[in-house]
Amino acid sequence: MLEFIMSLCATTAQNGQMILENTGISIYIVLLSTLFSYLFGIPTGIILVVTAKDGIHPMPVFNQILGVIVNLLRSVPFLLMIFMIMPITMVITGTSFGPNATIVPLVFSAAPFVARLIESSLREIDFGVIEAAQSMGASNWQIITKVMLPESGPSLLVGAAIAATTILGYSAMAGVLGGGGLGDVAIRYGYYRYEKPLMYICIILLVIITQIVQEAGLRISVKSDKRLH
Amino acid sequence: MNQPIIQIKDLYKSYPSKSGLAVALEHINLDIYPGEIFGIIGMSGAGKSTLVRCINFLEKPTSGTVIFDGQDLSTLSRKELCKARQSMGMIFQQFNLLMQRTALQNICFPMEIAGTKKEQAIARARELLKLVDMENKEDAYPSQLSGGQKQRVAIARALATNPKVLLCDEATSALDPKTTRAILNLLKDISKRLGITVIIITHEMAVIEEICQRVAIIDNHVIAETGTVADVFSRPKEEATKRLVYPEERKLPDFRSAHCYRLIFDGTAAKEPVISNMIMECKTPVNIVAADTRVIEGETFGQMIIQIPDEVNQVNLQRILVYLENKHISVEEVSECLNLS
Ligand SMILES: Nc1ncnc2c1ncn2[C@@H]1O[C@H](COP(=O)(O)OP(=O)(O)O)[C@@H](O)[C@H]1O
Ligand SMILES: [Mg+2]
Repeated sequence: MLEFIMSLCATTAQNGQMILENTGISIYIVLLSTLFSYLFGIPTGIILVVTAKDGIHPMPVFNQILGVIVNLLRSVPFLLMIFMIMPITMVITGTSFGPNATIVPLVFSAAPFVARLIESSLREIDFGVIEAAQSMGASNWQIITKVMLPESGPSLLVGAAIAATTILGYSAMAGVLGGGGLGDVAIRYGYYRYEKPLMYICIILLVIITQIVQEAGLRISVKSDKRLH
Repeated sequence: MNQPIIQIKDLYKSYPSKSGLAVALEHINLDIYPGEIFGIIGMSGAGKSTLVRCINFLEKPTSGTVIFDGQDLSTLSRKELCKARQSMGMIFQQFNLLMQRTALQNICFPMEIAGTKKEQAIARARELLKLVDMENKEDAYPSQLSGGQKQRVAIARALATNPKVLLCDEATSALDPKTTRAILNLLKDISKRLGITVIIITHEMAVIEEICQRVAIIDNHVIAETGTVADVFSRPKEEATKRLVYPEERKLPDFRSAHCYRLIFDGTAAKEPVISNMIMECKTPVNIVAADTRVIEGETFGQMIIQIPDEVNQVNLQRILVYLENKHISVEEVSECLNLS
């Protein structure tokens, strides 16, 4: 055991620069992917709720079609997604390699997931509150921006932590694109070159980042939730 | 009286259901006048909520018209309808406050929607908090307030845009009797002070009696009777009204298989009308089958046989027995009721 820990320390000392660099890349990939996933996921999630049969602007047929598209995207395994949308990645980033090329398939996979997270958060709101807003003459846009989003804020925050940690997990798989990041290092060194200590260090760092993000999301959510005071 | 503020003409509302159409309201005609407190009472499922939601067009009537303050709501554009709704406040059984906003911010909400300037909205919200006796709670979140306090904030919120009408859908049904009375008094006070028309939806007669001037009885999707509260409740004409006024048609207790008890008065009993006090105290009817008592120098002697109806539960029976014991009357159960020897 002691020997194992010693070897981890030694490896860290030897590869400090690389580990640090790839931790940075992981964070960069996760941040940007989460950001863009939300950029597409928020409107999609809102539209899913608003156009539902019991929503404030029912459009059942459209809602069904959108739901199917979201489910289709969600059911594509991430590894396949990487190759499937390679041409799109090329168009957007001009390359099929590196961190930026990883972000595109991550967004394609995560955005529909985020849309469902947003949808479920928005659905938690009591319809009575929306009805009260309607009785005051609120437009649908006002209901979305002043009731649905602020009222589900804490739940959206928890969702964001879940999304970010899930994306972090996916990003490890993007090693096949040479995307860089901790997952990439773990696979390249640990799996292909049998440098087990380096792999363990990467895994430990991934676990720590996941824990921090998850825990921070939860705490901020609880703290911001006025229902619990 | 003058021109009605709300006029409902031949309103129908039905919902699509598995077996065709489910009728929720049929042939509704109502005139509600400015400044009055108008009650709509009916059993659960009668269509009260649907009716009140047709008044502000949260629910579009299947046919018929709702005229509010001179405008036919069905002819309004979406935007105009939103504008009209700002003249109709609404409060609910579940309060429906925004949980992530303070009391003050909740009251500002309808003004934000109406586009009122922020400082102006806050000043008005403070004024309203005072009106509903909540000025020291402006920074409290709904989760920190009691039911009655939440409803006060909801009332203040509903009044924020200076509405002409306040719609109350079972506004006191989630509150205890004391709080209910306080909220009703507040509504009455507000109606008088601000000259607002108040429409009270409820399933409780006591609520109507407490504050309404006129009432409509809604039963099975139609209006069974309309009139002043005094008229309708003291001389109910329709079956539906009678059912409300005399709930669960007072059944006469069944004495056929009653238990009989012999009470023995030996002169030590308290000097009071023991039997009638007992009936009032224990809220249980008893039948006096036979009595052979006389009063000698102010003391009662003799015996009496009473019947206690079979449906009286053990607890109440026990209460009766304890009550009599405390009054120094000995009691024994007898099998044959008419045996007074
Ligand atoms: N959105 C709806 N869809 C279908 N049926 C409804 C809907 N709202 C109300 N109803 C029906 O209309 C009737 C009246 O309901 P409601 O107005 O809520 O009664 P109340 O408020 O008097 O208890 C009920 O039979 C109810 O099932
Ligand atoms: Mg109801």
